[in-house]
Amino acid sequence: MTLRTLTALAAGKAVRAGLQAIGRGGTALPGLVALALDPEVIGHLSARLAHGVVLVSGTNGKTTTSRMFAEIARAAGWTPVHNRSGSNLERGIAAALLADADVAGRLRADVGIFEVDEASLARVVTRLEPRVVLVANLFRDQLDRYFEVDQLARRIADAFARLSPATLLVLNADDPLVARLGDRHRGRVVFFGVDDPLVGGRVAQSISDATHCPRCSSRLAYARVVLAHVGEWSCPSCGLARPARDVSVARIALGRDGTRLELAGGGEMKVPLDGLYNAYNAVAAIAVARCLGIDDATVSRALAAFRPAFGRLEVVEADGRRLRIVLVKNPAGSNAAIGALLERGGRLRVLAALNDRDADGRDVSWIWDADFEALVPSIEHAVVTGLRAADLALRLKYAGLPVSDMEVVDGWRAALRHAIDTTPADGETVVLATYTAMLALRGALAEMGYVGRFWED
Amino acid sequence: MDLRICHLYPDLMCIYGDRGNVIALAQRARWRGIDAQVRELREGEALDPDWADLYFFGGGQDLGQDVVSRDLQGANGEALRRALASSAAILSVCGGYQLLGHEYVPADGPAIPGLGLLDVTTRAGKLRFVGNLLAEAPQGTLIGFENHSGCTYLGPQARPLARVVVGHGNNGEDRTEGAVQGRIVGTYCHGSVLPKNPWLADMLLLWALERRHGAVRLDPLDDTMELAARRAAAEVARTRP
Repeated sequence: MTLRTLTALAAGKAVRAGLQAIGRGGTALPGLVALALDPEVIGHLSARLAHGVVLVSGTNGKTTTSRMFAEIARAAGWTPVHNRSGSNLERGIAAALLADADVAGRLRADVGIFEVDEASLARVVTRLEPRVVLVANLFRDQLDRYFEVDQLARRIADAFARLSPATLLVLNADDPLVARLGDRHRGRVVFFGVDDPLVGGRVAQSISDATHCPRCSSRLAYARVVLAHVGEWSCPSCGLARPARDVSVARIALGRDGTRLELAGGGEMKVPLDGLYNAYNAVAAIAVARCLGIDDATVSRALAAFRPAFGRLEVVEADGRRLRIVLVKNPAGSNAAIGALLERGGRLRVLAALNDRDADGRDVSWIWDADFEALVPSIEHAVVTGLRAADLALRLKYAGLPVSDMEVVDGWRAALRHAIDTTPADGETVVLATYTAMLALRGALAEMGYVGRFWED
Repeated sequence: MDLRICHLYPDLMCIYGDRGNVIALAQRARWRGIDAQVRELREGEALDPDWADLYFFGGGQDLGQDVVSRDLQGANGEALRRALASSAAILSVCGGYQLLGHEYVPADGPAIPGLGLLDVTTRAGKLRFVGNLLAEAPQGTLIGFENHSGCTYLGPQARPLARVVVGHGNNGEDRTEGAVQGRIVGTYCHGSVLPKNPWLADMLLLWALERRHGAVRLDPLDDTMELAARRAAAEVARTRP
């Protein structure tokens, strides 16, 4: 441990202590300070982790998948350090490491599990030597920040070409943008996917970001489309097709209280989460666990006990009503959430919150790509709030929701109060919120006494 | 009364909310009792120049733009030329706008020919213009979000769609945004420009309906929510562009 790293560590820890003293969570600033003093801080600290570092990236599912794997690691007797507050830039990783380290740089943890923003991934993999890098999917997201998804994939593939051959890549075979990211990697690539013939439709979805072959530009053919461009794809022209799956789900049984996965080659896992996308999150976590030599029985035990993160279908009780909180931040994620809500059936009461801060994407056009047309027939009533509530209300109007069935309410607490008070006793309201809107709603729920403070999560 | 809308290359040229424009056109027609039909044209399919009254041509990623540019160099380009010559209207956004112009000149490599239907030329720029855009047109204020690095310059046949108040517009130099030439409209307001600019949506609907139904009058709609979204977006553009 160099003096520079120790200084960065001490400064970061001091900032963290200061923030906690004034009652702030501090998931990023301590990391930022430490990185400013020593840009190599995450490499130096993470090199001490006996089981190494697992990076989890992709547009959707990062938080849930990395939490799933963290539970698996705990069940295996490991001690993870985990940037669990959705703070997934380099600074968030630094903050998690320095919170775990003592002043001499010794870590309590023996494995690092970090979710990494997909736009930061190309950079983060040069800052430490990961044992495993998982990329779950790439979809259009926050065009003002990430720009085009093709360019993003090229940057990640370039970075992977420079990885150590010791690093294992775990990639989603069903996503044509992701499946080729490891083509120039000098080490091993493990593919996962879903092979249930009953899952997915035959028609390409309108928001597809990869309609054409990444190798020869011909139109891809799909035997099954699961979500956007994810599915059983092949190129009829040059023969490129989804790679053979090392870890695959042969059958998915979705239920209201969870999902049962039958793995190809034997074995069954239960996950207490609904939604097809959570089946993908689980198979990704299973693939990582197998790569690290954790046995299926341990994996199965951990997944069966899994609890969702805040904003990932988590349920909050408020005055005898349930608020089911769903983070929506891009079209593919929204459509996955909409699909999961429709699978549950029934009429929905909705509190929808749209913000346009940097972390949400300043361009709110993406709501026009999300398939609200599918959701609206099931909406009984909608309360709309957030910095760009008027845009979201307009989207619902053009998706066919009668103006009389929605109300725009200004202010987080007022919107929550109204949504809770108009929900029948024992009833449920689904809260759909973008990232910073979700944080603001979480803060308001804490002020109103319905949940604890965020950083205790 | 019926209206026929053709969405050009929806899977390749439809980045980030572009399809909101087609939704807005179809809904604003249907709310007035007009039977709006939408057809999609994919690359490799034949464009029927006699069918549509109104075309929408969105923006795409590099790969998509290459595929579409090749498709338009064949019979489909000729068909679109004929359709627009026989008074169909078109809204083009970002990459679609560039492809309707004379050419796109990349930073290196040969120029990519466009259809030459709009008297504009685009050159690759060094900066990317990303942010909220507010511009004044004779018919109303144009409110949107721009995200492009191409710089487009207007020739004498094309008029600017609007004058930039906040943002960069066509090239960040001459304060022009978009272009209009006959019933051909181009803009850098990508994503969902029409829902928040009902004046532009209705202008396109009027042009399109005139093609087969002669002079028509559009019934007024209750645009309270559209105006609220415009006010909120204009406030954002002015205070945190």
